[in-house]
Order: sequence, then structure tokens, then C-alpha cells
Amino acid sequence: MSQAALGATVGASSPAASPVGARKWRAPTYWPFVLPAVIVVVGVIVFPWAFTLWMSANEWKIGGASNFVGFANYARLWTDPRFIEAVWHTLYYTALSVFAPLLLGLLAALIFHARFPLRGILRGLFVMPMMATPVAIALIWTMMFHPQLGVMNYLLSLVGLPAQLWIFHPNTVIPSLVMVETWQWTPLVMLILLGGLAAIPTEPYESAELDGASRWQQFRFITLPMLAPFMLVAAIIRSIDALKSFDIIFAMTQGGPGTASETLNLYLYSVAFAYYDVGYGSAIAVVFFILVVAMSVLLLYLQRRAQWNEIRTDA
Amino acid sequence: MDSFHSGLSRRSVLAGGAAAGALALSGAPAFSQVNWKKFAGTKIEANLIKGPRGETLAKYHKEFTDLTGIEVGYELIPEQQQRQKAVIELTSGSPSFDVVHLSYHVQKRQFEKAGWLADLSGFIKDPSLTEAGLSESDFSAAGKSYATDEKGRLLSLPWSVDYFMLYYNKEMLAKKNIPYPQTIDEMIASSIKLTDAKNGEFGFVGRGLRNANLPMWASIYLGYGKDFIDDKGNLLTDGPEAVEATKQFQELMMKAAPPGVAGFNWMESQAAFLQGKVAFWLDGVGWAPPMEDPTRSRVVGKVGYGVIPKGKMIQASPTYGDGIGVVSNSKKKEASYLYCQWAISKLMGGRLLQAGGGVPFRNSVLDDPEVRSGVKMPKEWVDCVVGSAKVSKLGLPVIVPVTEFRDIIGAALTATLSGADPAAELKKATEQFKPILERSEKA
Repeated sequence: MSQAALGATVGASSPAASPVGARKWRAPTYWPFVLPAVIVVVGVIVFPWAFTLWMSANEWKIGGASNFVGFANYARLWTDPRFIEAVWHTLYYTALSVFAPLLLGLLAALIFHARFPLRGILRGLFVMPMMATPVAIALIWTMMFHPQLGVMNYLLSLVGLPAQLWIFHPNTVIPSLVMVETWQWTPLVMLILLGGLAAIPTEPYESAELDGASRWQQFRFITLPMLAPFMLVAAIIRSIDALKSFDIIFAMTQGGPGTASETLNLYLYSVAFAYYDVGYGSAIAVVFFILVVAMSVLLLYLQRRAQWNEIRTDA
Repeated sequence: MDSFHSGLSRRSVLAGGAAAGALALSGAPAFSQVNWKKFAGTKIEANLIKGPRGETLAKYHKEFTDLTGIEVGYELIPEQQQRQKAVIELTSGSPSFDVVHLSYHVQKRQFEKAGWLADLSGFIKDPSLTEAGLSESDFSAAGKSYATDEKGRLLSLPWSVDYFMLYYNKEMLAKKNIPYPQTIDEMIASSIKLTDAKNGEFGFVGRGLRNANLPMWASIYLGYGKDFIDDKGNLLTDGPEAVEATKQFQELMMKAAPPGVAGFNWMESQAAFLQGKVAFWLDGVGWAPPMEDPTRSRVVGKVGYGVIPKGKMIQASPTYGDGIGVVSNSKKKEASYLYCQWAISKLMGGRLLQAGGGVPFRNSVLDDPEVRSGVKMPKEWVDCVVGSAKVSKLGLPVIVPVTEFRDIIGAALTATLSGADPAAELKKATEQFKPILERSEKA
């Protein structure tokens, strides 16, 4: 770099020295436009969160007085067996509710990506569960799972399998609830992955064909890596959805039998709105929020890595 | 056709008002003593639970306006949400309603402790406000106990009661020549005898689901003559009687009930009984109407209605109920009281009973031959209701954290249905609930 150029660069760093680099102070005329949004954000996001944090530091039962207790509600969480059990149920439920729709959604996307007669109509039918109301779905599935009167055990009997207790037994309740969740949300995953499949160029497949790659190899080394960012988007959406799932579980089991399907969201609801223990409920809400954010951040990180890998492969 | 009209008509309301029954009983113009029009032009708001009781009031509220000149605005909200809304608004100190519908078995202590209800003791004794037939002595024992606080103040008017009773399939019992059980032990033995799982027939069904199962268990436990909490406030839920009752509960549910009963609430239990494959079903009297409805039931005409058999020590029917009260912050207490009085009047109570929507707490309604003649349910059901009233006992402890109690003890009961030891489960649950109760009493 020449002396003159260096001088010019140094000179540019001083606003007084160069009119080009100077920033003129302007009156914040944009504030009237920003203010409504700021008020809304503070009113509906910042204030409720700050208030929840404040309440979590208080012992307050609706109808009684409120006392500041600092971190006592958080300390109570780790000695509450029902809370710890609810955390495990939430993670178990979420893991299954992400994995199963992802797997089946991928399969469905591969099928519906291919061209065959009536594909459009069948795609339309396949996405219909997504449009149904969760509580209505829950009530119908509850009767379907009924051990004596339900159609599920009848179907099992047709193929010679023994009757199951489905949502009526602690060991099978979460997988059964996940079945409902999977039935409803696999189409969403399929739609996301169909978009991904449509975006994959045909050239890599043509090269692979020339190189003699099998169908499986093409799927394993071309389709799957190129679809990975889309799968992670689907996984993020499903994880957040499954973590905060409430309606179907509440309507079908209310967290039972016993507390076998009680997730954090259900426990939080009971504590805050059935036991009216607002302080403790707020502490659960804060921990729950941290869990949701942590999981989302992890998945976003994985998605970025997947994109980065894709770019590196292209390069 | 509206079944309400079979016994009492709109004309009779306008002619005699809510005090028609009292007139007949006393022979004196009691109705004329109450100045129903005193608060004409007032507007009150009522917060009601969506269900047969709230809907009956909503359906006929114009009659109340015709009688009193008081306008009524009302909200009908599903039970869980109504409870939440009422509590949140009452906590705020300025609720939007003057009259509140409350579930005694869940909210009694909470409402009393918070001072949310107006004292009606003076109103009920005031002949210018209260018809002659209405007095505290007309309420069943459970109703009076629910409506009054520990100081004896009347804080609400008991409206509708739900007794636990035993539904039974007469045909199934007759087939095996088994009589109606006289004791809980007999009920368990007969249920086991009637069970033929291979053919899909079961002796018994009842609620196994956490929280919902508490009344089912209480039907056995109260028969030991014990309460849930002693006079000093100690929990008795891990005492020897509770353990014995839980063993009976476990035996009954594991040996005679359909598989999966641990997840059954009233709905699944009722569905199983209506199919005609279950001999006994223990639940509230209010679930009776579908039994005799041919579009929903396969057991029409085959159902027997019995008072819960005697337990080890006493015969006891767990009792739950609804009340209606005036908010202590209301500025229209007298007008609101008139509305509450109309809600539990003989006329409205009769309508409720005849439609199978609830059972009034007032003995004068249950004993009235005119009201009884209009009831569509079999006479045996009415007799069962009257019989249950005589052995009624509060089905839950009167404490603020009653939902936690139901959840925690209920979870222990559900665990026993997977074979867990009753004594260990109850001990663990009682220990878990103890600090919650202590915190609540301290607050």
C-alpha cells in the first residue's frame, strides 16, 4: 500500500478531517414510526416475560398474599419428583414425535416426488390430517384406542396380534400419543421435504448414473445430504411443536394414567391454573422456555453446519 | 318435547312465582311477603358453569326478570375455564359479576378463606327477601355443611348435589343368580364372580384415572367411618383404614374391571356399561339419563339403581355439589340474592330434577310428589337419590389445595392398579402432599 493511500485511509478515520467520512447528526424523526412497534413488543413480549420472571421469585397462590422468595421456587423444582418426571416425559415424547414424522415424512416425500397417476389427489388426501382440529382428533382417537370398544384392537385381532392397552397403560401411553401426533404432522414434514426434493438439481444424479451408482447409493450420497438442511428445518419446527404439545395430550389422557404422560406443559398448566400456584408455575415456565430455546439453538446450529457442509461439498 | 313442561309450566311461574311450593305447604300467602319487585330496574351479572344447571337458568332467566324486574346478564363458561376465570377475577378485587356458580368440592375452602362470598345469613332470615319455604333446615346435611363456613355463616345457597351410587345390570346379575350386594365386600366378591374376561364380560367398572378416581376410592374408604383429615388437620390418607380401602379398590379394579381401567374416567366407564358387558358401575347419580336412552344404550330397562352398599363400618355415599352465591364486592347484593333464591327455588329445582340435569339439595323438592311424578327416570333412580341423601358424606376434604390432593393421592391409587403396594404408595403420596397442605394452611 502506498504512503498516499495509507494517508488517505488514516485521514478517512477522522470525521473532522474528511467530509466523506463525517456523519451528520440527525434528529430521530423515525421514532414516531418505530414507537408503535416498540410499545407492542414491550407490552406483549417484554413485559409478560419480565413479570413472569418476577413472579417466579415470589411465592404466590391466587387468593393469598405474595412473598418474595428469591430462587426458592427454582430450588424446589429439583426436589419435585413430578417436575423431574415431566422433564423426562417431555424429552421422550419430543424425541419420538420428531423422529417418527421425520422418517415417515421422508418416505412419503420420496413417494409423492415420483410421478404417478392421481398423485395430486393423493397428496391432497395425505395432508388432510394437518387441517383437523386437535381436540376433535383427540376425542376420536381416544375412542379408537378404547381397549374393549376401540377399532385399533379390532384391527390387531384381524392380523392375529394381541390386544393392547394403548393410552390406558403407563408403558404404552406415550408411544400411543406419538402415533396421533405422527398421524397429524407427518404431512407437514412431507411438504417441507417435497420442496427440498424439488430444489435438488438433476446433474448429480446423471453423473452418478454414469458412474454406475445404485439407487441406494444415489439416495445415501446425493439425496440425503442435499435434503439435510430441509430435514433440519422440519426437525426444528417439529421439536418446538412437540415440546409445547398440550391439546392432544390433555384431551386424551390429562397426563395419565397416573402421571405417565404428564409433560412439562401439562404440569405447568396444572400448577398455574388448577393449583393456582402462580409463583411456582412461573418458575416452571422459565425453565421450560430455556429448554425450548436451548433445543432450538442446537438445531439451528446443526442446520447451519449442514448448509456449510453442503457448500463445502459443492466447492 | 321439553321434559321440563311435563311437571311445571311457565304459567305456574307467573301465577305463583318461585314461592309456589311454599304456598302449598304453608297454606299462607308466603309469596306475597317477599317484595320481588323491590329491586326492579337493577341489572346484575352472573358467572355460570356451562352445563345442565347453568343452562337451565339461562333458558328461563326471562321468567326471573318478569317476576322481579331485575335484568340478568350471564356468562356460561365450561367448568374448568369458569373456575379459572372466577378465581382470577375475584382475586383482582373487582369481578365483572355479582353472582357466582361454585363447585363446593373444589372451591369451598378457597372461597371462604379469601372472603369472596357475601354473608347471606341475614338475607335468608328476612321474610321480605326470602320466601317462607326456604330455610337452612330444608337443605340436606351435606348441602348445609357445604354452604356454611366454620363460623356457621351461610355464604352461598346449595344448588345441586351429586351422590355416588351403584348402577347395575339386572340381567347379568339374574343370569348368575346374584343378588344386589349389601356390603362393599359382597360387591367385590360378586364383581369377581361376574367377570368372564374371555367372553368380554366384566363384573365392575369405575374411574381409574388419576384425580377422577378419588371419588371412586372414597366410596370404599368412607365406609370405614373415617374422614380424609382428622380434627387436628393431620392427613389420614396413609392410615390403616386408607390402606385397607386401597387394597379393596385394587382387588376390585384388577380382578373385575376391564383391562386399561387405570386410564378410565367416567366417560370410558359409562361407555363400557352402556354396552351391556359390565355388571356394576360406581359413579355419580347425574350420569343416569343415557341409561334409559335407546339411541345410546343397550341396557334400556335392564339397569338397577342402588345406594352404595355398607362399608366396613358405615354406609356412606360420597357427595359433591354446586352452589350459587353473591360476590362480597357486589353492590347489588339483595338483587343478586333474589336471583340465587330463584335459582334454587322449588320450581327451578323441580325442572332440573325432571330433566335429569341435577339433584337439588332441597329436601322439599325431592319429597314433593308433584315434582317426582314429572321425573322421566325410573322410580328406582329417584328412590336411590333419596336413599343416598340419607347416607351422604362429603366426598373430598374441605381444603384449598383439593386439586393437588386429588392429583397426588389419585396418582398413588392409579399406581396400585399396576400392582404397586398400596401402603407404600399411600405413604409416599401423603408425604408428598403434607407440605402442600401445610403451606396452604399457613398462607
